Order: sequence, then C-alpha cells, then structure tokens
Amino acid sequence: MTRYYTKDHEWIEVDGDSGVVGITHFAQGQLGDITFVELPEPGQQIGQGDAVAVVDSVKAASDIYSPVSGTVSRVNQALANAPELVNSDAEKGGWLYQMALTAAGELDGLMDRPAYETYIAGL
Amino acid sequence: MSETEEHIEDDDAPPGPERLPLDAWHRAGGARMVPFAGYDMPLQYTGEGSGIMAEHLWTREHAGLFDVSHMGQLLVSGEGVDAALEALLPIDLSTLKLGMQRYSLLLDENGGILDDLMVQRWPDHHYLVVNGATKWDDIAHLREHLPDEITLNHLEEQALFALQGPTAADVLEKHAIGKWPLSSLTFMRFGSFEIADYPVTISRSGYTGEDGFEISLPSEGAESIADLLCSEPGVKPIGLGARDSLRLEAGLPLYGHDLSPDTSPVEAGLGFAINRRRRAEAGFPGATRILGELAGGPPRRWVGLELEGRMAAREGAKAFIGDQQVGAVTSGGFSPSLQRPIAMAYVAAERAAPGTRIELDNRGRRLAATIVPTPFVPHRYHR
Repeated sequence: MTRYYTKDHEWIEVDGDSGVVGITHFAQGQLGDITFVELPEPGQQIGQGDAVAVVDSVKAASDIYSPVSGTVSRVNQALANAPELVNSDAEKGGWLYQMALTAAGELDGLMDRPAYETYIAGL
Repeated sequence: MSETEEHIEDDDAPPGPERLPLDAWHRAGGARMVPFAGYDMPLQYTGEGSGIMAEHLWTREHAGLFDVSHMGQLLVSGEGVDAALEALLPIDLSTLKLGMQRYSLLLDENGGILDDLMVQRWPDHHYLVVNGATKWDDIAHLREHLPDEITLNHLEEQALFALQGPTAADVLEKHAIGKWPLSSLTFMRFGSFEIADYPVTISRSGYTGEDGFEISLPSEGAESIADLLCSEPGVKPIGLGARDSLRLEAGLPLYGHDLSPDTSPVEAGLGFAINRRRRAEAGFPGATRILGELAGGPPRRWVGLELEGRMAAREGAKAFIGDQQVGAVTSGGFSPSLQRPIAMAYVAAERAAPGTRIELDNRGRRLAATIVPTPFVPHRYHR
C-alpha cells in the first residue's frame, strides 16, 4: 500500500486499483472543529480534481477534491454521526470515501510523504 | 471642528495590518492570527481545550477574555454636544444619565446604517465605542457633520477587553478596585475602577448574550491585566471565531454582514434604538423612511432560522419558499450550544412569521429551515 498527497491536502492510500481518500492532519487543523461532512454517493463517477465532498467547520465550508479519477465504492458512514472523527483521526478513522481507480497514472503527479511535508513547511 | 490629536488628520485607514497592544501575548498563547479590520487578530487559540467550539462553550459556562482593541474609542465633547450627536444618531441623550450606556446607530440621510455603536455619558463628554472596520469612516463622517465647536478625540492609546460569561462578575470583582463595588453595575451601566493599578473604565455589557463586562484600559497595562485575569482558573482567552458564533446565538447583528447602509434599523429589528422622544420629534437622518417603517411596517425583516440536518448555510445563501426568492442569509453557522446550524436572514415581511418554513440555497444545495424567534440562546444579562 502506498499513500499519496495532493497540494489541496487530501491523501489517498492505494492498494492495487482501490484507494481510500481523506484529508490530512494539517488540513483538519486549518479547518478547525468539523461539524458536518457531505460525502459522494457510492457508484458516483468522479474525475481528478472534482469537488466530491464538503467538509463544514464552525468557521467555513470547504470543498474536497478527488486526488484521482474513478468510481466511488464506499463512504465512511461513521462520519454521519461523528464528523469530529476527521479532526481527531484525519489520516485513519476519519477517512472520507473509497474508490476504484480508473487512471492509476494520475498518481504520478501526486506527492509522497516527505514531499508533502516539505510542501506544508513552506506554506 | 477642532481635533486635539493629530492622528485624526491622518484620515482613512492605515495601510497593512496593525499590531494590537496584545499581539505578542496572543502569539505566545498559541493564537492563530488573521487579518481583520486592519489588524492582526486572534481567530482562535491552539492546544488542548482550544478551538472555536471549545472557546465558545467555555464562555457560556465560565468566563472568556476577548481582546477587542481594534474597536474605535472616541470622546465627543463641547458646547451643545447632545444636540450635535442627536443630529446624527436617533438617540435621546436627555434620558441618558451619567453612568449609563446605550446602544445607538450612526445613520445616513436615507436611514441606512453606517455603524452601530455604544454611547456612554460622562460628566463632560460622551464616550463612543464603534466598530473596528468602520472606525475611520465613522471619524470622517463625524468630522464632516459635527459643528466646529465640538471636539472629537480618538483614544488610540486605549485597549479594549471584554470579559464575558457566568463567572465573569466573580472574577472581575476580585481585581476591580473602585469607589463603588463592581456589583453596583447592572446591565449597561459603567464606572471608573483600577485593575493592577491601571485606571480603567468598566461597563456591564458585551456581545455574547452572557453577563459580562467591557473594559477600556491603557495599552501599556494590556499585558498585565490580561495575565492577571487569565491567571484566574475560570478565565481563558477567546478568539474572534467564538466571538462570532456567540453573538450569532445571541441574535446580535454584526456590522458589515447583518447591517449596512442598505439596511434600515426597523427591518433589522433595532427599532428600540429609535428613542421615544426622537420618534415624536423626528429630526434624525432618514427620519421620514424610518418613521414610515415604524408606522406601516418594513418591507423585510431580519429573522432567525433553525436548519434541519447539520450543514450550515452561510452569508449570501438565498432563501426560498417554493420557487420564489423571499430573502437571503446574512449570518450563518453551526451553533456550538444547540449543536445544529442556525442563521439570520432578511426575509420579505409577509413571509417572516415564526414557524414559516423556508429553503436555503447553500452552494447549490437546498437546506430546509424554519423561522424562529431570537435569541437562539437566552440572554443572561444582569439587569
């Protein structure tokens, strides 16, 4: 399994042609207390960079962009009653959705962990 | 007019974010600073028990210290100052007694709201607190319209704190030394005190709906007084984020969002600020329109909305009944106390009754909402 990061602070953990998507710990810290997460529908076709989810915090609503193209296979149902999981466990239990990748080559344009850490250090 | 302090000659807003007297103190306390009203301001603090939600709930249960030194503190004095101010504000200063504070509005000639503010009567002047984002425009407006014999001083060397919450009175009583005990102040009364040997003015007022105080103090005492108050176990510093969610729950308007030159006091539900004698005599800016709206009702009303679900509607979301747009949201967010989204909106008067069901178009999504009476969370003022 390999984890990739975007400049918009999403992560995707890829296992074969399946990937789990969430937002980074850094991103949840910037957003503050998360009060609601709107997730895509299973079966939904999504393109790389599409706004597929909304994370609402006490401060503001933020779009979440899909790191790669594919089809949504599953969403994190736990977030319906516990959106704060994205704050407390952004890079694990606070995952947003799982998808089947249709263009794995898109992963080449994403960052690995060291590159992402360098990126946020420069923000 | 004669200004005694030359910075008033500087006119308009200074460029770039200014530093508050407590800037270093906020940063040392882990504040996330954001530009607001021309200043770097603490949005929220970081660390255990911080963040907007925690700071909000802390203030409702204990006491929160807010640095609002960005706000404008003005002294207005001179022969005929009451009449001069009454020409610009719909306040009746003849009923504002020494030691009392009152909410008022700076109006343009159409009755639109240029700012909302507090007025205190002192023996030889009136003290005004105006919004930070509008203070330079307010000063320009006052300079232009007050007669020459009236003096306007901008107290740029004064800081302003608010200590808000159910335990605020107990905490402040320990540190505020005055001729009378702090407990002699009821809601919207003020007096002179000393805290940590600095001369301060304390009013029993605020912007959270809770009992609490606003403290005008010399800038050089800001760090000492902030440290002293925050050394009390019940007091934590609170950022702008929670200030906004607290005032929203209290149903209090935020200038520049809920109030503007395009809103009238009557549609904003601020008819109480048009004092009785002024209604009878007129003679304030926009009197024709405002008195007409008081008599016949305004075309739209500022109302509270409770939303279904958990997604918040934000400023600008349009309000619909069926396909007909009936208004728009001016403030909205998630209520930490109620654990649900709430909003304030201007809605066509004939559709503004409590219980009316409305839909909000929030970024392309329709959210169901119901008009409810405000405040969303009851006020707990010490009257």
